[in-house]
Parts: sequence; C-alpha cells; structure tokens
Amino acid sequence: MAACHCKDYSRAALLRQGLAQAGAGLRPIEAGMPVPAGTGLSRRSFLARSGGLALAVIGGGALSPAAWEEGIASASAAGPAPVLISIFMPGGVDSLSLLAPLGDPSYAGLRPTIGLGESGDPNDVFTEDTRLHWHPDLAPIRDLHRSGMVSVIPAIGYADPNQSHFTSRHFWEVGELDPHGRVGWLGRYLDRHGTADNPLQGLSLDHDLAPGLAAASVPVAAVASPESFRLWTRDVWDPTLDTMLNQRFGALGAIPTADGELAAARNAARQTIALQDQLAPLSSRSPAWAPPGSYPAGSFPRRLAVLAEMLGTGLPLRCVALDANGGYDTHADQNGTLPGDLSLFARAIAAFQADLTARGLADRVLIQVWSEFGRRPQENGGGSDHGAGGMSLLIGTRAKGTMVGEFPGLGTLDAGGNLRHTVDFRHVYKHVVQDWLGVDATGIVPDAATFSAPLTLVKS
Amino acid sequence: MGEDVRMALASAGRKKRKKKCRTVKRTKLLRGKRKTVKVRKCRPKRKPPVLAPAKASPPAPAMAPAPAPAAAPPPPTAPPPARLTTITSPIGVYAGPFGPAQAERLLWRAGCGPRAGQVAAVAAMDLEAAVMSLTRPSGEPVMDGPEPTVDGEPLDPYGEWFGDTLYWFDRLVRSRHQLVERLALVFHDWWATSNDVVGSTEFMFEQTNLFRTHGLGSFAAMVRAVTTGRAMLLFLDAITNRKGAINENYGRELMELFTLGADRGAYTESDVRELAKALSGWRADWVPGAGWTDFRWEQADRWDPTVKTVFGQSGRFTWEDACRLVVQHPQHASFFVGKLWSYFIPTPPSADVAARLEAAYVASGHQIRPIVEAILCSPEFYEGPRMTKPPAVIAAGMARARSLPIDGQGWVWFPGAAGQRLYYPPDVSGWDDKRWLDTNTVRARWELINEVMRGQSITSATWDGYPEESAAQAVANARAFWLDPALTDATVASLHEFSAGGVPANPSPRLRAQRQNALRQLVAASPDYQTC
Repeated sequence: MAACHCKDYSRAALLRQGLAQAGAGLRPIEAGMPVPAGTGLSRRSFLARSGGLALAVIGGGALSPAAWEEGIASASAAGPAPVLISIFMPGGVDSLSLLAPLGDPSYAGLRPTIGLGESGDPNDVFTEDTRLHWHPDLAPIRDLHRSGMVSVIPAIGYADPNQSHFTSRHFWEVGELDPHGRVGWLGRYLDRHGTADNPLQGLSLDHDLAPGLAAASVPVAAVASPESFRLWTRDVWDPTLDTMLNQRFGALGAIPTADGELAAARNAARQTIALQDQLAPLSSRSPAWAPPGSYPAGSFPRRLAVLAEMLGTGLPLRCVALDANGGYDTHADQNGTLPGDLSLFARAIAAFQADLTARGLADRVLIQVWSEFGRRPQENGGGSDHGAGGMSLLIGTRAKGTMVGEFPGLGTLDAGGNLRHTVDFRHVYKHVVQDWLGVDATGIVPDAATFSAPLTLVKS
Repeated sequence: MGEDVRMALASAGRKKRKKKCRTVKRTKLLRGKRKTVKVRKCRPKRKPPVLAPAKASPPAPAMAPAPAPAAAPPPPTAPPPARLTTITSPIGVYAGPFGPAQAERLLWRAGCGPRAGQVAAVAAMDLEAAVMSLTRPSGEPVMDGPEPTVDGEPLDPYGEWFGDTLYWFDRLVRSRHQLVERLALVFHDWWATSNDVVGSTEFMFEQTNLFRTHGLGSFAAMVRAVTTGRAMLLFLDAITNRKGAINENYGRELMELFTLGADRGAYTESDVRELAKALSGWRADWVPGAGWTDFRWEQADRWDPTVKTVFGQSGRFTWEDACRLVVQHPQHASFFVGKLWSYFIPTPPSADVAARLEAAYVASGHQIRPIVEAILCSPEFYEGPRMTKPPAVIAAGMARARSLPIDGQGWVWFPGAAGQRLYYPPDVSGWDDKRWLDTNTVRARWELINEVMRGQSITSATWDGYPEESAAQAVANARAFWLDPALTDATVASLHEFSAGGVPANPSPRLRAQRQNALRQLVAASPDYQTC
C-alpha cells in the first residue's frame, strides 16, 4: 500500500480492496441492502471530488510523503481559490486604543485615565496619519503594516448606529441593516458560488457556527478542533460495523421532513458525517501534529495554526470565521485587560501570516478583522461604553496596504457623542466580494449598488 | 477525541485534589470569549450549602415511577375532551387525546425528560392533572437517587472544579420539582449571568435560588431581586455605576435583553443613559481573601440624584423606579410573553393568542405561573412541531432515563462541549436557543452518549455470551433501553435496515453485541431523539 503512487483510477480500486479486507464478515451486496453496504458510496464520491485527499482516508499515517505531496498537488490542481478569513473581536473593541489619536487635541480630555501616552518608540506613529499611534502591544501588526500588508479602516460603521452588541453584530453578520435577516453575507456568497456537498467551504473554527456563514441552502461547518474530528462509539470495535454506523447516522440525517427543528437536526447530522469524511486526512496526522514553534500559546493561536495546516493540506476552504482571543467589552478596567488581549492577538496574527508565507499560501489568503462597533470617546472613569464608529483591518500579502477612508477626528462627534464613520462596512463587503472573491456582489451585499465610490482594498 | 477529553478530565480531577488554588480567567464576554485577566482563586473554606439539603426518597412518592413499561404502551382509547377546572387559561385548551406521546413531550419541555415508568404514570392522568403535577409543586423537592459524587467523594459545590455546574445539573436530574428546575434554567438563560465574571459560586447559587423562588411567581419581584442580587450587581458592572461615572452596562441590558427587547422601538439611546443614572449608587467592597462583600446602595454618595427622563416620564428616579418602569412599560408584556412562549413552543403564538396572554399577564400583576399553565395546556404545545432539547436537558434526560448517578466531571464537560455549561452562558444574551445543532455540537452530543454509555454498554468481556437477538428484536431492545422515545416511522425503518444490513446473515455473538451497542448509539444520537 505504501508503494502506491498511483492515479485516482487505481486508488478507487485500492479503496475497494481495503474495504473488502476490513469487511471480512460482510455479506455480499444485495438488492435492498442499505446504501453504504461496502462502506463505499460516500467515500467514493468524495474520492471523485478531491482526488488525492481520499487516499489519506484509507492510507492514514502510513502514506509516504511522496503520496502526500501528490495529494496536495492534486487538490491544488483543482485551481487555487481565494480564501477569506473573518476574525471577530467580540465586545466592540476600542478603536481609539488600537490606533490612539494622540495628535488629536480632544483626546487627552476625553480619555483622562484610560488614554494612552507617547510610547517613546517612533515606529509606533501611524505612517499614513501621524495623529494616530499604534497601541504598543500591536507592534507585530504595526510591523506588518510597515511591510505593506495591512489596510487600516480607521472609522468604519453605518448610519444611525445601533449600540446593542447583538443587533450591531447581527448587521455585520448579515451584511445589511435588517434585524430579521437569517442568512449571513458569507452564507449568501456560498449559496451562489459554493457547492452542495462541501461543508468545509464555510468553516467556523469555533464551538458554534458564526452567523455570517449561515447559508440558506449549501452546507457549512463549525468545528473547534479540526485535527481531532471523528465520531467513535463505545464498544463498537468491528471496523465495518463502525463505518456503517457512521454512515447510517448520516442517512438518518438525510430523511426529509417538513418539521422545522427536526429538519435542522437532521441536516446537522448529515453535514457532520460529510465533514468527518473531509477531515479524515487531518485526523490521521493529529497524534504527531503540533503547531510550528512561532505561534504563542493559547486557543486562538492554535486555531490559526490548525487553519494554516488545513490550507496547506489542500482542504477546500473558502470562507473561514473565528473569534479573536479576549473580550473587548471594556466597560471597566480597560487598562487592565486590553493590553494583554491585544498582545496575544497581534502575535498570533503575525505568526499565522509567517506560517502562510512559509507554506507558499500567503497570496491566497485575506484576513478581515472586525468588531461590532467602536467605543465611546468619552471614557466612563476606568473603561468605555458602547460607541459607534470603529476599526477594521484587512491583512495579507494581497491587501492593498493603504488606509481606507480617513480618521475623522474627535473635534466633531455624532449626536450620541460617538466617533463618526467615514466608510460603511457594506461598502467594504462589496469590494471584498468583488475584488477578492472575484464575483458580483449583487444579491450578496443587498445594498451594494448604493455604494458606488471607488474603494481599493486589494492589490490588483 | 473522546480519549483526549477523558484524559483531560482525569488529569483535571487529579489536579484539583492537590491544588487549593487555581488561576481563573475572568471573562467579560460577548459571543465569545475570554478576557485575559487572570485571577488567583483559592478554595474557600467549606461553607454550608445555601440550598436546603435534599430529602431522602419516601416510599410512596406523588409521582412514583411505575413498574417498568411494556414494550409498547396500549393506545389511548377515546379519552374524554380535556377540561380545565382549576387552571384558568385565556387561550385555547388542547382537546385531543392525552397519552404517552403528549406525556413525553410535556416531561421533556417542562422538565428534563421522563424517568422509567414516568411517561405511563403521567399519561394515566388527564391534561390538567398532568400539568398541575408540574406547575404546583409544594414543600421541599424530593431528590431521587444517590447524592452526587466526584472521584467517589461527595460533591463539594464550592470547592470542586465546576462544582457549581455539577450541583445544579444533579438537581436537574434528581429533583421531583422538574418544572421549578427547568424554569430556573429558562431564567438563567433569560438573565444570563456567568460565573466566569462573577467568580462566586455563592452569588450564583443565590441567583438560581431566586429563580426557583420567583419562577412560578411574580416577574416584577424577579426583576427587583435579580437587579439587587450580588451576581448581577457584579456581572454587568452595576457596582461601578455611580454619579459622575455612569456605567450603562446593566441599564442597557435590563431593557434590551431582560424586559423590553431590542429594535422594537421600546426605548431610545437617551433612555439607556437616563436609566443608567437611575440605577446608579450600588457598591461593594473588595476584601482580599474574602472577595466582594458588603453590597449596598449608597444613596448619598453614589446615586445620581438628578432628574431623569425615562420613557417620557421624569423624576429623581432610583433603581426601584427603574425596576418598576421597565415592567410597566407598555411593550414589556409582549416581550415577556413572546420570550416565555419561545422556551416551550418553537413557533411563535398567533397575534390573538399573544394578545390574550399579554392581557392575562398584566391583569394578574405580572404573574408567571398562569402564563406557563396556559402554554402547557395549549393545543400549540401538543399539536405543533418538535423542539430541540437543549444540551443540559438532553444530558439530564439520559441520566434520568438510565437512573444514572452524577459521579464526575464528565457531566460538566460533555454537555459543555455540546454548547451548554450551566453557570457559564456564552454571553449576556444567553444561549442561542435556535442554533443548538451544528457539526461541532452534533459531534459533542455523540461524545456525550459515549460518556453516558460508560458502564452501560455491552463490553467485550461478555460479547461471546451475547444471546440470540434478531434484527428486529435488536431495534426494539435498543429503543426500550432509552424508554421508547417517540421516533418517526422513517427513522425506525432506517434503524431496521441498519440492524439487518450492518452484520452478516448469521452474526456471531460478538457482532450481535456490538450491533446492540451501535443501535443504542443511533437511537440516542438520532435527530428524532434530539427533538421532542
């Protein structure tokens, strides 16, 4: 088996052979027998779809590196697709601390206790608007910016801003100002340009599905630890029975029903089995797998490291969402919590970017960092309350690397005393869809047509 | 994998025996997750439990488990139309047959699922008696089954890792006051407060106890009790909200999440700021080694005495006024009814039904029980579509079905991985009750079943002696193992296909045994069993 560096065609034969061995007690396939019978159907269709990856499904860790490389090459041959990684900073991160407007005459008065001072490092000055200074704990992102890999949107938001965490985040997730929307903006992209059988096309690296990825028709997935995703069953040791058990679970998920929550439960079961098949290559490596040394410790960096591994493996990811480390709803003790959160965040992003570069993947990946709103310029004593205009970042070798919009200053605030926005988040979405994902934004960003001004987010 | 989780559990279990102190992250959270403030928490001296100790089971309980059910309960024979004599409902009353299917749904939605024999016992009652057996508890609840343990020692809710979660989970499983516990869970989700931030099991238990006290009582009283409870005073920064440094955190969420709802035009940003002023004045003292103490309202020093304008009314409002104003707001009743209904019935009420419930709620002086009783007697409850069982509920239900004791931290971790760890909601809006199931949580529920099956599966030691069992018998036995839950015909047919086709024609005893293990897994993992 280890000697097989063969084409898909003979792999299929190998797959069948392996199954026949595993299923020594299996009776012959007969009419009326349950679909998976010899284990085969869903696995074979997977084989047809993504070539080399399926070899790892049966070969596991015993494969030679050459076969593995072939698998990667085969998957890549399907055509490299751009990947969008959406990273949410939960709670409404204080944009006036990410890039503190030390040069704004109103800043010190608004922020007597939580305001930042001069760091003393001249590199902390934001090169595109010298009123602004990077938070010292964002130095790794500052350096990426100086290398031309970060587009800063210093005042992003929308008209008539909502200061509820949940409503404002919801607007960002659905890509429109509709409190009742149930499909995410990335979900709408996948509904139009994804496939009916690839849950990995929309992947939440978290314990639950990011609402932005919620699709109306195509499968998407949430998985916190992709490297260890497998369904095992206590005291079912027979490998054929175990495989058929898993496939039967997927079959239970395929039974149609008009009952809404039952349909959702079945759909989730079906997608779980589909995802298990897709992640099998990664699972087989998990015992020995560890993130490269440059990542800091922590769950967020580890998820990024696993993500780089998945991309390197050639898994068909398109849109990925995960939450940043930390919590940014800094009503109190802002100076106590924010620096540590930002430091880990920035170091993790830099390590991920370096990992992508080392793997030769950097040009395929764009990171979008966002939060539901910024925080109020006038502090509350030791923290800051919910605001309006906030900050977003686009990071990657293909990011344009220049500021989008401008910082409006603190001299004139909006009616609620909050930072005015100079760029609408839907305007950015429109160009991410068009210029990065490469498709028409009509229908994906419902109000796309109303944002007609040119906006350059990515290098052409 | 499951193995990893179990190893982590084992090591966590070992660790906690040795270490008296631990570093905990305090989270201020939003959909997400940890802030990195690390706090050194030391095991407090053992305190007496806040809650009344459980009573031992008396021999003849009110809801005694009946003898083990027969494989198929007899079909109900032309039951009399349901009539209510004690309960007053402003809406329609379910008039169809009240049998095992209705009893099973009632026990899952107004409790944590049936114990052996309980479906038959409840199905033997009429609708009203069945509902009242849940909504009119009296006295201290009887706790069925053995006391919870960890590593063979009695659970210490204050000292054990996640002892808070285990203590309540055990009550979900063992308390005969099933609706009291289930409503406490409803209101824990409603007023979602996390011990990650509060950092005091004592304060969290205090809050849960007030949910038990008020859950079938007055919502207005609940608003005051939660607002002044130590857990919430800490959780949403109320103790830092003082004149000159107004903190809007609690005032906003009080309206948005707890009493009025967002995006309904019920309040403005100005109301947020003004209500926050009314709520100012609370404080507490941090005493090293003892934590937060001496919670109090300091009218003179910290309350903002200015005139506030809230919902168009002006006055020198205090926190008491704030609690009154939000409940008296004309849009509160519709928020309350819609939210309470959503915990019991997955589709919203018609406009007429909602209006009748709202009127009854206001007329009753904001009493919760009459609305719960009307919902539990409604045709929508019994005739409407299925509803997903929350992770803690399905986990407790499996423990109840199998009469399992709560014996370790698996009961924290596996429901937690499935999306629900009691006392640690994801954020202040609670759990997303419409999104319990995705690829990640489905896998976690699968793992949860493996944990439940520890000691329950047929192990290899006995495989060779496994008796004859036809494919059809195997399915019937696996269903009975889980107390014959309501499965759709299509699912049952699919299970039969698997039972017949998953093994060779004349399976060996060891394959038959493994097939039975597989079928038990499939029944409990089936999408049908996730809903009721």
